[in-house]
Amino acid sequence: MRTAKLLIASVLAFGLGLGAASAAEAPKPPAQKWAHTGFFGTFDRAELQRGFQVYKEVCAACHAMHQIRYRNLAGIGLSEAEIAAIAKEYEVTDGPNDEGEMFQRPARASDRFKSPFPNQQAARAANGGAYPPDLSLIAKNRVGGENYVYALLTGYKETPPAGVTLMDGMYYNDWFAGHQIGMAPPLSDDRVTYADGTKATLAQQARDVSVFLAWAASPHLEARNSLGVKVMIFLIILAGLLYATKRKVWRDIKH
Amino acid sequence: MAKYDYVPSPFMANSIVKWVDHRLPIFTLIDEQLVKYPAPRNLNYLWNFGSLAGIMLVVMILSGIFLAMNYNPSTAGAFDSVERIMRDVNYGWLIRYIHMNGASMFFIVVYIHILRGLYYGSYKYPREILWWLGIVIFLLMMATAFMGYVLPWGQMSFWGATVITNLFSAFPIVGEHIVLWLWGGFSVDNPTLNRFFALHYLMPFVIAGVVLLHLWALHVHGSNNPLGIDAKGPQDKIPFHPYYTVKDAFGLAVFFIIFAYFVFFSPYTLGHPDNWIEANPLVTPPHIVPEWYFLPFYAVLRAVPDKLGGVLLMFGSIAILFLLPWLDTSRVRSARFRPAYRVFFWLFVICCLALGWAGAMPAEGVPLLVGQVATVWYFLHFLVFLPLLGWFERPLPLPASIAEPVLGGGKAGMVAATKPMEKA
Amino acid sequence: MAQPGSTTITEGEGRKHPDGTTRRDFLYLSAGAFAGTGAVLTGWAFIHSMNPAADVLALASTEVNLAPIAVGQAITVTWRGKPVFVRHRTAEEIAKAKEDDKAALPDPQPDARRVQKPEWLVLVGVCTHLGCVPLGQKPSDAKGDFGGWFCPCHGSHYDTSGRIRRGPAPANLAVPSYAFTNDTTIRIG
Repeated sequence: MRTAKLLIASVLAFGLGLGAASAAEAPKPPAQKWAHTGFFGTFDRAELQRGFQVYKEVCAACHAMHQIRYRNLAGIGLSEAEIAAIAKEYEVTDGPNDEGEMFQRPARASDRFKSPFPNQQAARAANGGAYPPDLSLIAKNRVGGENYVYALLTGYKETPPAGVTLMDGMYYNDWFAGHQIGMAPPLSDDRVTYADGTKATLAQQARDVSVFLAWAASPHLEARNSLGVKVMIFLIILAGLLYATKRKVWRDIKH
Repeated sequence: MAKYDYVPSPFMANSIVKWVDHRLPIFTLIDEQLVKYPAPRNLNYLWNFGSLAGIMLVVMILSGIFLAMNYNPSTAGAFDSVERIMRDVNYGWLIRYIHMNGASMFFIVVYIHILRGLYYGSYKYPREILWWLGIVIFLLMMATAFMGYVLPWGQMSFWGATVITNLFSAFPIVGEHIVLWLWGGFSVDNPTLNRFFALHYLMPFVIAGVVLLHLWALHVHGSNNPLGIDAKGPQDKIPFHPYYTVKDAFGLAVFFIIFAYFVFFSPYTLGHPDNWIEANPLVTPPHIVPEWYFLPFYAVLRAVPDKLGGVLLMFGSIAILFLLPWLDTSRVRSARFRPAYRVFFWLFVICCLALGWAGAMPAEGVPLLVGQVATVWYFLHFLVFLPLLGWFERPLPLPASIAEPVLGGGKAGMVAATKPMEKA
Repeated sequence: MAQPGSTTITEGEGRKHPDGTTRRDFLYLSAGAFAGTGAVLTGWAFIHSMNPAADVLALASTEVNLAPIAVGQAITVTWRGKPVFVRHRTAEEIAKAKEDDKAALPDPQPDARRVQKPEWLVLVGVCTHLGCVPLGQKPSDAKGDFGGWFCPCHGSHYDTSGRIRRGPAPANLAVPSYAFTNDTTIRIG
């Protein structure tokens, strides 16, 4: 018993140490209900596709997604033909050709998402010095992940609270660290028109694109969950079997 | 110590096994060190953590080798190559999460292993060198983990590397040269990443070598035990196999359940979100923190406003462990019979946790104060409390033998003596 | 575990069933089999990680524009990291290749089976002996005794259909799977 207590105490102790590590300065965004959280979580394909539409028609004007390639869109439920059609809308630089020149060609499924700016400096210059961050991993590299994305997109205030003076070209946002954000409110009701007839409220669009970005950051989440459940069941049975063996082996040993 | 009777396994009687063993006694070695190796009969589950640490080393080496096959150690390619592992390589996400969370698991296991040693006095005569080797392993692990954390080339990788390598600049005269030498340039850059990768790949094998020495030292006098008294005779011991092999296997399965939970369902809670942003030498994250397992040492470093003082104190907090066998003046090993030490042990654990908490917080106000108080306590524990406790503490009476408390008084000892562990 | 003739009984020995097996043996066996299965499956994940990754597979096809290749000319393109020979054959080369269908071939295959359009010969430019790249693409190259390709490593001669005619190579130069996406473009892979 003493051993068990000691063990639990040590584990707890280290657990507490961890909790402290994730302290952050920005306010912690409230957790939303998502279909993809929990042991059996899966993404809603329709939601992902709507979210991709929001990214493509709104966010992509300034934000790159360097880690994502057009072929990855198979993961949100698009067919090969649909992916090829989307890729063809973009021109990418390739080369050098036999004359040694770089040339433009329509993108292929194997290409990365085309970035809105050729490099970080250009992105900064075009956005008043504020670099629009790459969104491929935004749901992993912000405290709160997709909850943060949703909170940020829906957290703009037209008039800042009393006592706060905004700098020129800045906007007030409840969830951004320091509350002054260079990005103008990107979404508004009916900013996009959904093909599936879903009403494009601001909240709906924010939600859809948050799910899309969560997928982009963890495209293997579904595979991970389903394998994880199997592994856990396997390990629990194995531990049970080993416990029975241990009991059996030790039964005549007083200790 | 009398050898107890052992029934030889049919395996050792096999003619091929005999042929090999006559030339290279590897089977005899395994048989003596893992099969019939006599272990105290009263080891509790805290004694599982040594073998767990060994298994974690193997898990880390294996997953690391497969990651290295797809990793590109250059500032231009490192971050993208890790993302490629996560997205495109078959089961790459699984292998990477095993390696990433495995580091945390390895440290949890080793910290419990160390605390167990502290609680039961496993560092005392005749196990001082065993204890030293353990500290060497711990130091090598910290170096390996630090360099491994740089490899994904995220923001925390870069700034962690910058801050930690800059520690060496605290030393007068040679400091600057040491830092330039470590970097291979004028900042943490491509040469630094390259050498860190080379060393990160090498170090685990060095650790494995020291682990062998650690085991060798262990097997000279055998394991300590929860009572902290030496085995008096064969009735106090049982063969390692099957008793402890099966117990270790069960513990391993339970441990893997916890490990798997992190790998599959919570793979990034133990890490810092900033490390999913590619390194940018021009933008420092608002709040640089090391991985959780370094936080207590980070708090010690920041407890002193003086740069050199902080660095010396941090190295001193580990160096002091080497002296522990002589700083602890009590001749009783186990805290079970040391009522006062038991209190100080738990205060020490709380002190370490407080250091961890302070290390995670910005170094100002209350956290800084807590960090400073805990740092003082940490050193007082080793330099003042432990030496004094040995003189002032009245230990509880020790049992006559390991077998006595489990088998009852002297009569039960007789029963044990008739058991087959002894020569028939 | 107890050996015949041994007078000792191991402490903790499981109770014997009438047939001599113990419940302990059964538990050993099932736990061992279970753990072994898990180890093998985990091992598979690690081994599978060495197979071509998704990005490698996605690049598995290459498009080639045939329009600039004059009759008698050949170009080399890269497909899956290997050279692919595309030769615009002359009428004589085609005639020679068809004629040799009847010759003694180490790896018999009619020319018609090796091309989709007779004037375009598409081959993986890797000698089937030990993987060298044969000569014969440039006008100045040695083309071997049969007017096709010649491998300088160990002297294999290929004809105008890319078939092995003499030398140590065991098989003809491989024809990759390809398709004409239009009259002047092929897609390899």
